[in-house]
Amino acid sequence: MVQVTYVAHDGAETTIDATEGDSVMQAAVANDVDGIVGECGGAMMCATCHCYVDEAWAERTGPRDEGEDDMLEGAASEITERSRLSCQIKLTAELDGLVVHLPEEQL
Amino acid sequence: MSPQHIVVVGAGQGGLQATISLRHAGYAGRLTLIGAEPGLPYQRPPLSKAYLKEGRAEALMLRPQSFFESKDIAYLPQTTVEGIDRGAGEIAFHGPDGKGRLPYDHLVLATGTRNLRPPIEGLEHACDLRTLADAETLRTRLGTPRRIAVIGGGFIGLEFAAVARGLGHEVAVIEAAPRLMARCVSARMSEHFADLHRGMGTALHLGTPAVAVDAGGVTLGDGSHLAADFTLLAAGVVPNAELAAEAGLEVENGVRLCGRLLTSDPQISALGDCASFPDPRDGQRIRLESVQAATDHARFIAARLSKGGEDHYAALPWFWSDQADSKLQIAGFAGPGTSEVVICDGVVARLDDRGLVAVETVNNAGIHMKSRRLLSGGTPAGLDDLVQIAA
Repeated sequence: MVQVTYVAHDGAETTIDATEGDSVMQAAVANDVDGIVGECGGAMMCATCHCYVDEAWAERTGPRDEGEDDMLEGAASEITERSRLSCQIKLTAELDGLVVHLPEEQL
Repeated sequence: MSPQHIVVVGAGQGGLQATISLRHAGYAGRLTLIGAEPGLPYQRPPLSKAYLKEGRAEALMLRPQSFFESKDIAYLPQTTVEGIDRGAGEIAFHGPDGKGRLPYDHLVLATGTRNLRPPIEGLEHACDLRTLADAETLRTRLGTPRRIAVIGGGFIGLEFAAVARGLGHEVAVIEAAPRLMARCVSARMSEHFADLHRGMGTALHLGTPAVAVDAGGVTLGDGSHLAADFTLLAAGVVPNAELAAEAGLEVENGVRLCGRLLTSDPQISALGDCASFPDPRDGQRIRLESVQAATDHARFIAARLSKGGEDHYAALPWFWSDQADSKLQIAGFAGPGTSEVVICDGVVARLDDRGLVAVETVNNAGIHMKSRRLLSGGTPAGLDDLVQIAA
């Protein structure tokens, strides 16, 4: 199991035990975390799983994937240098304890 | 006044989204979701893509069981709705525990589509790819080397063909129209994908209808016989509109909706693949088969039911298809009689007499997203606008 904490726009925190190998988006949806939509199911088609990786974790989650930048252009909330599509962050043991912040809107 | 009991018939992605959005919008009344299939609601798009390769059914589930409990949604799987009694405001259903009736204040029809059965002899020998159960069967069959025939060169048939060929099977695609995906994309884009599939070693039989299927393969219109160990039927779908028609609702290429996504009965809405609605751009009646239409319809209906309002549905359609290393993305919707202009490699504009209606791209998410914004804008866009974006 890999622990992930989602911090909602209003500051509310939800911590879940996710399955290794799932994406940050899949873990959120499977655990009923509000604030991540993931409409296309991780096909990098919709930009509704936008998250901001916590500063302390930015290095370990790595850079954006090819195509991710382009899709983020269509995200509903502000894009920062820590913006990622959470469907493209795969949960590994090294990411145990990961913290991501959620935008105000996904649609 | 907002209704006291909303019943959603159909637990695909659109039906489920309606319940999610209703609760999100603050609807606190009774909420029931009825689905014909067993298990939890799941995503269909990966069934012809990632699922065939990875086989992870749990990755398809849209929400866990706990969602229905925490949001107080009564979810009835393996349950078929057999009739709507509009006078009494009740539906009749048949589930694992027998038959029953359920009252509603508002009904949402999200009944989807089923596979079209064209007049081809011996279709009982062909497989379908629509449900998770279908995909499981196909996945098992893909476990040993095969010769596979695919009837239908649309999105589903071609996505399946790309996976099967990628796994090393011998694949032939049979399409009655002279080009691939003819209903959905430009001739240039059809050509791109024909080259892609031929390059992978898939045989394409274009402009050739299948006339019969047997245990050993498919007979084509020209009398030739194509040997195959199994055959996939992927020749399009028909909307599940019988329930609506039997209840006396207007049906026209699906359940007929007004611009507010209501049927001819103001107590009944419909959404997604089963519904035809006026294109916000030109008022032409359209029916779309996509996750986007299903979920955007669902959100619109949920907002109307919980907050009221006289707005008309206006979301821009978009579509995608993954075939081998080519990701096709379409922003907007091009109906029949639309012309095409190639902007640059992998970018095609679709135009009618009022300007730009759709943009097709391959492996170019940047232009796709910019096109979505351009086409969603309040003012009609033209070719020049797209050329500027693509520059």
